[in-house]
Amino acid sequence: MRVISGTVPRWVDVGLIPFINILLAFLASGLIILLIGEDPIEAVRILIWGAFGTEEGIGYTLYYTTNFIFTGLAVAVAFHAGLFNIGGEGQAYIGGLGVGLALLLFDNSLPFILILPISIAASALFGAAWAYIPAYLQAYRGSHIVITTIMFNFIASALMVYLLVNVLIQPGQMSPESREFAQSAWLPFMHEAFAWFGVEITRSPLNLSIFWALVCCVLIWGFIWRTRWGYEIRTVGFNETAAVYAGINPKKIVILAMCVSGGLAGFVGLNEVLGVHHRLLLNFQLGYGFAGIAVSLMGRNHPVGIIFASLLFGTLYQGGAELSFDMPKVTREMVEVVQGLVILFSGALALMIKPTVERIYFILASAAARRASAAEG
Amino acid sequence: MDEFFVLLVSTLDATIRVATPLVLASLAGLYAERSGVIDIGLEGKMLASAFAAASAAYVMNSAWMGLLGGIGISVVLALVHGFACITHRGNQVVSGVAINILVAGLTVTLGIAWFSRGGQTPALTNDARFSPLIWPGAEALTGVPVIGALYSEIISGHNLLVYVAYLAVPLTWWVVYRTRFGLRLRAVGENPSAVDTAGISVTALRYQAMMCCGLLCGIAGTYLSTAQNAAFVKNMTAGQGFIALAAMIFGKWRPVPAMLACLLFGFLDAVANRIQGVKMPVVGEIPVQLIQALPYILTVILLAGFIGKAVAPKASGIPYVKER
Repeated sequence: MRVISGTVPRWVDVGLIPFINILLAFLASGLIILLIGEDPIEAVRILIWGAFGTEEGIGYTLYYTTNFIFTGLAVAVAFHAGLFNIGGEGQAYIGGLGVGLALLLFDNSLPFILILPISIAASALFGAAWAYIPAYLQAYRGSHIVITTIMFNFIASALMVYLLVNVLIQPGQMSPESREFAQSAWLPFMHEAFAWFGVEITRSPLNLSIFWALVCCVLIWGFIWRTRWGYEIRTVGFNETAAVYAGINPKKIVILAMCVSGGLAGFVGLNEVLGVHHRLLLNFQLGYGFAGIAVSLMGRNHPVGIIFASLLFGTLYQGGAELSFDMPKVTREMVEVVQGLVILFSGALALMIKPTVERIYFILASAAARRASAAEG
Repeated sequence: MDEFFVLLVSTLDATIRVATPLVLASLAGLYAERSGVIDIGLEGKMLASAFAAASAAYVMNSAWMGLLGGIGISVVLALVHGFACITHRGNQVVSGVAINILVAGLTVTLGIAWFSRGGQTPALTNDARFSPLIWPGAEALTGVPVIGALYSEIISGHNLLVYVAYLAVPLTWWVVYRTRFGLRLRAVGENPSAVDTAGISVTALRYQAMMCCGLLCGIAGTYLSTAQNAAFVKNMTAGQGFIALAAMIFGKWRPVPAMLACLLFGFLDAVANRIQGVKMPVVGEIPVQLIQALPYILTVILLAGFIGKAVAPKASGIPYVKER
């Protein structure tokens, strides 16, 4: 039988194939749960209950989601310029440092209405600055951005340990943490915000920064698809040579994209430092930067996709934490396994099933066409 | 002076031990990158083989079984990386990240399921570990000043895998620069279509390189859990895979300079542990974090082209498409 060649419709390419890839990742995760002697179906049931069954669970899920949106957007913006920002981890860490320093300076002297924009600016600036150096080295010195951003993650980590152990530590305290910020400067929790309107919900770390995450999604959508800079970023990512002919300077675009990316990653510090911990501490960003890669791949680098992917990973994080109470063998680390498999199947092996799916599609399409022509004749 | 000499010997001894897994992993990365495959999954492969080696060595009470297990899992992961990047032309960096994250989660998950010790493996007995090899005459020479200490502390008294690591350096040099396989390996990383035109399979060559990479990472991981330590501990590689990657770049993708870079980074680590809290003349107390971050900082400076120029194999990171 002859197979009609050509291109598959868009829904197969952007809908069906990614869906099958994610399904494969979840199937593989299910097999691993079977292997360690637990029931995967039961695990999924507990996981969903843990993430959405209680108000507190929903709060935690959305709190994790907030971080994933920031780092997912960060990776996506860099991807659009054809860059791989693997340094979200370090940029988030330094972004948090920015928030922390701003708060330690101003928390007692300024009203919250000024603290908030200063914190947003500080986290973005510090995150962007940490991304600027690798970006500059990539653009003007030709060093590979993947390697430099990895190195910068480790440098950020050493820097933060040094600052918290030696400089910012609250005197007379053992653990390397800064003093707590004045309560007037805290970003309100969601349960506090609901209380203003007389609605009572259970306490959780969820705070108002989730709204900023959603605003960022809209802003980034506009930035990438509706501005000249976004157009230039996509052009450089698609074909650098063509971009040069179109009069775009790829060096500037590399730096622009990385700074926006780093700034977005820095907002993790906003959620964690200003919203939840109210002090500067170690490793508040742990794992979110790398998870951003999975989120961005899964969301196909589009803000809408990233929101859904973040929600899914938020669910996995919170549900996974609950799961470890009921199934002691299935711990939080299982979430990392799922993350790794999602990156593997929908990132590295994204092209694996494409030929097969296309062949099946064309066989089905040609069979349908033949049936239609037989019916007409 | 005498005290200083003792300190020096113990620092050098520590340097050799700390640098061993770095040497193995940076040679592993060298094979992969020379063939044109970027491998940032060195960390994950080391971690996986550390876990497999500790588990196998514990269950079968044999260090050799541990080595076999460690190498086995590492080669499998290298082939997964190859399958994604060579066969399916996936993004090499994405694939490496996937392996790192997957392994970080899987080792702990399986560790808890099998041994229920919070992700650790049970402590190994001496039979299940690689124990130090005492060279002939080391005991007798300990009394001799300078030479005796150097011989018995620095040359003798390491375990088998340490010697394997340092022998792998000249061996790799010989393979890469003096054999037919090495010539092809270097060619496929620089200009794969030329290799293809000569009738040699690019795919097969890159898979062979990935197997060498897996083998060396496997030994590195085995060393961590069955020789340097006596059990697997959650996330025990702690960035050593990335330091090895940095060392490979620092050595400009050549075996001997890469080993020297590993020794330098190992030396920094050994020094960092010894000067913690010590007041130095002139500069005062050096923050230990600065020394720990120095390998990364030096690599960034090198990559920026301020100390020589590090030029990667031209085709590394680019999947090979046979026909256009």
